[in-house]
This record gives sequence, structure tokens and C-alpha cells, in this order.
Amino acid sequence: MKLFPTGTLTGMWLVLKRLLRSYPNDIQENLKAGSLFRRTGPKVGSERASVTQQGLITVEYPEVKLKPPENFRFIPFLIYEPVTDAAGKPIVDAATGKEQIGVERCTACGICAKVCPPQCIWIVRAVGDDGKPKPRPSEFFIDIDVCMNCGLCAEFCPFDAIKMDNEYELAGYERHVNHIYDYPTLLKSTTYYESIKPTDYAAEEAARQAKEDAKTKKPAAAAKEATTAAAAVKKVAPTISDSPGIEKE
Amino acid sequence: MAVLSPEQVKPAEYSKAFDPESVGALLKEGVAGAVTSATSAGIVVDGDKLVDALQWLKDSPDLVYDYFSGVTAVDWPDKFELVYHLASTVRGGPTLTVKVNLNDKENPLVSTAASVYRGALQQEREVYDFFGIKFAGHPNLRRIFMWEGFEGFPLRKSYQEAYYEQDRKPFETRWDQGHHIIIEDRVPWHDNVIYPKDFDPTAFKQVREIVRVAPQISDGDHKALKTQPIVVSVGPQHPSTHGVFRMNVTLDGETVMALEPVFGYLHRNHEKIGERNTYYMNVPFTDRLDYLSGMAMETGYVIGVEKMMNLKPPERVEYIRVIMNEFTRIVSHMFGGIGQVYSDLGAFFTPIVIYGLEERELVLDLFESASGSRMMCNYMRFGGVWRDLPEGWLEVAHELAFNRFPRVVDEMETYLVHNEIFDVRAKHVGVLPPDLAINYGVSGPMLRGSGVKYDIRRADPYSIYDRFDFDIPVGKNGDIYDRMWCRIQEIRESIKILQQAIKGIPSGETMAGKKAYSFKVPKGEVYSHIEAPRGDFGWYLVSDHNTTPYRYHVRAADFINLATMDQMCIGHKIGDMVGVLGSVDIIMGSVDR
Repeated sequence: MKLFPTGTLTGMWLVLKRLLRSYPNDIQENLKAGSLFRRTGPKVGSERASVTQQGLITVEYPEVKLKPPENFRFIPFLIYEPVTDAAGKPIVDAATGKEQIGVERCTACGICAKVCPPQCIWIVRAVGDDGKPKPRPSEFFIDIDVCMNCGLCAEFCPFDAIKMDNEYELAGYERHVNHIYDYPTLLKSTTYYESIKPTDYAAEEAARQAKEDAKTKKPAAAAKEATTAAAAVKKVAPTISDSPGIEKE
Repeated sequence: MAVLSPEQVKPAEYSKAFDPESVGALLKEGVAGAVTSATSAGIVVDGDKLVDALQWLKDSPDLVYDYFSGVTAVDWPDKFELVYHLASTVRGGPTLTVKVNLNDKENPLVSTAASVYRGALQQEREVYDFFGIKFAGHPNLRRIFMWEGFEGFPLRKSYQEAYYEQDRKPFETRWDQGHHIIIEDRVPWHDNVIYPKDFDPTAFKQVREIVRVAPQISDGDHKALKTQPIVVSVGPQHPSTHGVFRMNVTLDGETVMALEPVFGYLHRNHEKIGERNTYYMNVPFTDRLDYLSGMAMETGYVIGVEKMMNLKPPERVEYIRVIMNEFTRIVSHMFGGIGQVYSDLGAFFTPIVIYGLEERELVLDLFESASGSRMMCNYMRFGGVWRDLPEGWLEVAHELAFNRFPRVVDEMETYLVHNEIFDVRAKHVGVLPPDLAINYGVSGPMLRGSGVKYDIRRADPYSIYDRFDFDIPVGKNGDIYDRMWCRIQEIRESIKILQQAIKGIPSGETMAGKKAYSFKVPKGEVYSHIEAPRGDFGWYLVSDHNTTPYRYHVRAADFINLATMDQMCIGHKIGDMVGVLGSVDIIMGSVDR
């Protein structure tokens, strides 16, 4: 060992420099906020998490929360289209504070349950009075403690009916009742979906619109538009079909 | 440096690869009566001649199959098939598959390969544990992941786990009459335990005896004093943050006399789950293997399935995969391979681990915005990736690769490598000689730290790694210091690759063909291995033309690297032992699988 530990001292100097670099931003922000001892405000969060930040990059969760990116996924939820008034605005139910349920998109086709790796999705298909199966679920359960947050259900759903939520603070004291989400718990409106994933929502709506337009237009023009619409759909929500190399079950 | 175009790629340095047919023909001449058949799937060797054949393959001056990559088995209805994977560190090239058919399903027996490759010692225990195949001459043939009170051999096709529902997913109870039940209620606690015959759980005592396979040290610390060796069980609480791992250590004073790693505390039989799952379902499960480098795990598995299905991913996807893999390597080394070693050497309350974590945080943000999740990315798909990179992603990646990481690595090297305290703790401690490292099948920075220039990205290139310009750093002494130094240099090389890839990434499709959630894979088998941050991770997949793999085996590099713990620790103090364990850089998710 060297008599004088120059390497160690250089390291300590670097550590000190790094510590000092953390504070100029904070002091500025705090002075703006009027208190020297509390780091608050949305700016601290985004600045701290940037790649150019040279000091500490932590934010003070849970006081400061970073907005998750649009692709972020956690637990799946099911989508319904709300009842709208004449102006196209969703009607909010006064009693529950939720938007009134118009169209439930899920058709109980079971693809999500079949593709789910830990098999946490349970679906009972509805049966009509005539005894024939109907395209909607009568029971729909997701065990969120078994769910491994992989997002395959949302990826392979052909009806844009199941999507991944951004809600991540789901800790609870009990697992057998509260953490098994039933159909009403899972249903959320398109308004909510749009608020967490605007880009995906816009792309899906555009594709759906194009498809509807194609139906009403002349067959020749319709065929052309349908292909573009289909291409748009493929980008957003891949459909299931045969292809060379992949053999369908 | 620009990335080479596919036409410019020169054949690899040691591209003298041999296909199994020609190796089989050579072996036929070398060892009379050894080869039963030799096809593109591998060489089938007679069970009695196995050891001779392996010895010949190892000693042959042209072939030099000196590297024992792994051994596993397949349970066919009429036989057990032992599968050995061999490679050559001298000339590189793809791995050679050597198979042995064991037709006696009641009492499968074969002689151990440990006299040729020491690495077989640990892996044959795994095969015994999972398949019940006995290896004659093995000094320590005990269960390795399961405990002694476990009944049955879990990877046999006849074995059904406690919560067994069906042979393959999707389960019929989920749709269209999926009335929810709690699965644990179906098999109540206590009813799901079966003990072997003549096993009394109340009388069970842990085996305290250590089978010494490493050279014995007779002199301990205080020979002047009358000392008595004692067995200390280190763990299973982790010494730092590696996970639940235990070592039985015989100590004389403070000197390690013998050591045996004890596995299985995080074992969940990933391979059995993999055989129940459809091919797509396995992708998110691979993330849970080496959870510090999920993207690399996905890549290895996905490449294997693509080979079986004859799918070629588009150019852009190849670039995305390289970028993701190199980012993974950088942050995995910074946090796991460098930061953790420091904390193991007693520097936990210095900010070094935290600095690694900070950089990791930025990369995880990138992973999150691209794939939706930070660690369990589930981003790779067969023939593509989940989605294209979001807008602005490459700009952030550019900033990291060109400005931030080069600066951070310089800083790290300054306060790590030139630190006197670290020098004293790490130099000439835990030395692993190169010949021993190869013989044990050690891989990754550990192998290169011992001075062996062997990197799968160069030796058996996958994806488009043959188009990039990068070096393979190697150490000299094979001690803790060299492993760390190798990792730091590897980060530099990864930055080089990243810079080339980010500059050269083309636009285009991100998926070859259309996606199907369930599909059948053509009959056949494949061994796909990649250079993950912790070494040579391999996937051995066997398909019987079904929606689920017939056999799904993972070669976990850090599990195999751990086999050398006793060689590295014996004669050192117990304090150094923890440092050596840190330098192996294990992740229990992949060690225990």
C-alpha cells in the first residue's frame, strides 16, 4: 500500500463534488416556493429525473410523483364507451360520480384469458334466455396478485376492450377479496383511457373512424381505405391471423 | 465508426466451425464404436464410450472442445436423452451437441464426465435432481435445488406439481365457465406435501458434511494453537443483496478450509413452468430469470424460437435489440457487477452502489417508456419487438451514450480502480486460473478476467453483433480486481457499440409477419446462447410440433460460475469470501431458476 492514499482522496473529492452539484437547483426552486427546507413543486421532479442532471436524481416520493410514460402498464382494466349527450359529452351519473355505461366492448371471446401467462383472468360467457351464448361476459375476474403485468392481454385483444392501467399504488391488507377485481371494478370509461394514453386512444379512434367511413363509401374507394385502416389497426392492436412461419392453433 | 453493412462483415476471427456431421465422422475414427449417429441435431454417443468420446473431443488438436457449456436431459416416452453442449474457447464457433440415449427408464445410469470437465460436477447434480438420472463415479450426487425430503423428479413428464391443473396452458377452467376460485384452496396446506419412502421429516437433519472437491488445505490459521475446524452456515439471509443463498463453510480460525454453495431457496422450477407455457407466455417469464438484465434474457429466448420458426426480424429490430442489450449490460455491470462488489467488500455506506443505481435509473426510465415496464420489460417478440421506440427516445439514448456514460465511467474508474483500499482487498484475492475457469465452464467477465478471450458476441455471433467494432477486454491474474476491471472496460466497449448503433439505426418495420397469440412450432431443437451481462446464457428448446415447448432448458451462467467458489476461496479469510462471492456477480433469479 502506498504511504499516501492519493487514489482514495481523489475518490472522496469526486463524491464531494457530486454532492455539491445536487443543490443549486434545489435552492433556486425552494426560494421560488418560499421555503428553504422543502423541495416541492412539479419542476423538481422532472428536472431531477433528466439525463443532464449531474447531482442526485431522486425525487421525494410520495410527495413528488413523476408522471409515468404513456406506454407504462400495470394492471389490466376493461373499457366501456359512456353514454353521451347531444353535444357528445359523457353523461355523469350523479349517484356514483361515474360516467354512465353505454357500450361495453368486451365480447367474452376469451383471447386475453388464453394468452395470460399466469392464467389470472377468469371469464364466464353470458348466456341469453334462449340458452345460446351471448357476446358479453357475465362474470369477469382478474386476480391482481397473480397478474404479472406483462400486457399480453391488451396486446392481443381484437376489440380494444382490455387495456393496461397506470394505477400502481395497490397495496392492501387483504388479498382474497379486495385484490380480486370483478367486472364492475374493472370497467372504466374511454374518457379515462384517453386521459392516460392519449396517443394510443387517438390512433385507435382514427382507425375505427376510417373503418366506418369505408363501410359507407363506394366499394372501390372503400376497399382502398379499408387497407389503410387495417394497416393502422395493425400498428395499434395486432389482429390474429395466419401467416407464413406462424401456424395458428 | 460506422456500422458495417451485412456484405462488409468478414467471417469471424475463428470461424473454423465444424458441423456435427463432420465432427461425428472424425470422432468415429478417433474413438472406435463411440458414435451411434451424427446428424445436424448433434452426435449421438454410446453411453459406455461417453467419457472416452468427451476426452477425445477435448484433446483433439483440431477440434479442441475444451469448454463444457452444459448438460441437461430430455424425458422422452421411451428413453432419457442426455444432452451435452460443448464449445471451444480456442477457435470459437457454434456449440456442439453430444447426446446419450438412456433406454432404461427405471434405472438410468451413465458415468460422470467430471474426469474430463470439472464443470460437470455441479450440473450433473442438477440433472440428477430433476430427472433422477444417476452418474456413476460422481463424488457428491445429492439433490441440489430440492431438499432431501422431496419426493419425485420434477422435470420428468410424469411429475405433477402441487398446484397442477393441466399439462399445458391455457387452462380450460378460465374460459368460458371461468368461475373464480382461489387456487390455494383447492389443495389445502399440508395436503400437498409428499415425502419419499422411509423419510421422517421430524427426524431430518441437515447434512453438515462438506464434500471437498477443491484441493484440500490442511494448515489453518493457528497451527501453533490447537484449533478445530467448524462448519459455518453463511446465509440463507443474503450477505449483502444477492438474494437468498447459502454457503456451508468449514473454517479453521478465520481461514476457509472447504466451501459448498447451497442452492434452491428461490427455486420455482422455471423450466417446468416453461414447458406448461405456450411460447409467448414464456417471454415475460424470462424477465424473471436474471432480473437485472431482463432485456438480454428475452433476446436469448426469442432468438432461439425465431431460429426454430425460421423467422428473420427486420433490420430496425436487430438494432433495437443491440441497443437494449448494451444498455442492459452497462447498467447491470454498474449496479450488480461493480457496485455490489463494493458493498460486499464492506463499502456499503459509501455512495458507490448508489451511483450505479442512479445511472440504472435513467436507463430504466428509457426501458419504461419503450416497453411499459422498468425491469420486467416483456419487449421482445418473435420476429420483432412489441412496439417501435417512442418519439424522442433515441435523443435521450444519444445523450446517455455520447455524453453521460463516458463521463460517468471515467469517474467510476477514478474512484474505484485507483482506490488503495480496494487494491488491498481485491488484488490477488479469489484467483481463478484460466485453465480451471475453462474447465469449469465459467463464462462472462469472470472468464475474461482470468485472461481467456471468449465472448459469445465474437465467438458465435448472434443478432448483428458481427457488424460492430468493439474489443474484448481481458484481465491478467483472474482475481477480484481483474473481474472488476474487465467489467469497467466492458462498459466502455458497450458504449462504443451503443454509439454505433444509435447512429446507424435505420427506420422501418418492427415486426416480421403478423402476430398470433398461439401457434405451433415446427418439430426440432435449438440451442441459442447469448453473451448476457453475467455470461453465457443458453436456451435449449425442443419442440414436438405443439403450442408449448417439449423441453425448455436454461443454461444460467451465474449458477455455473458459482461452482468455482470453493476453488477461489480456499485458503483465504472469511471476509474475503464475501468479496469473492460479490465478484462472481450472481442473481438468484437465474441461479435458482
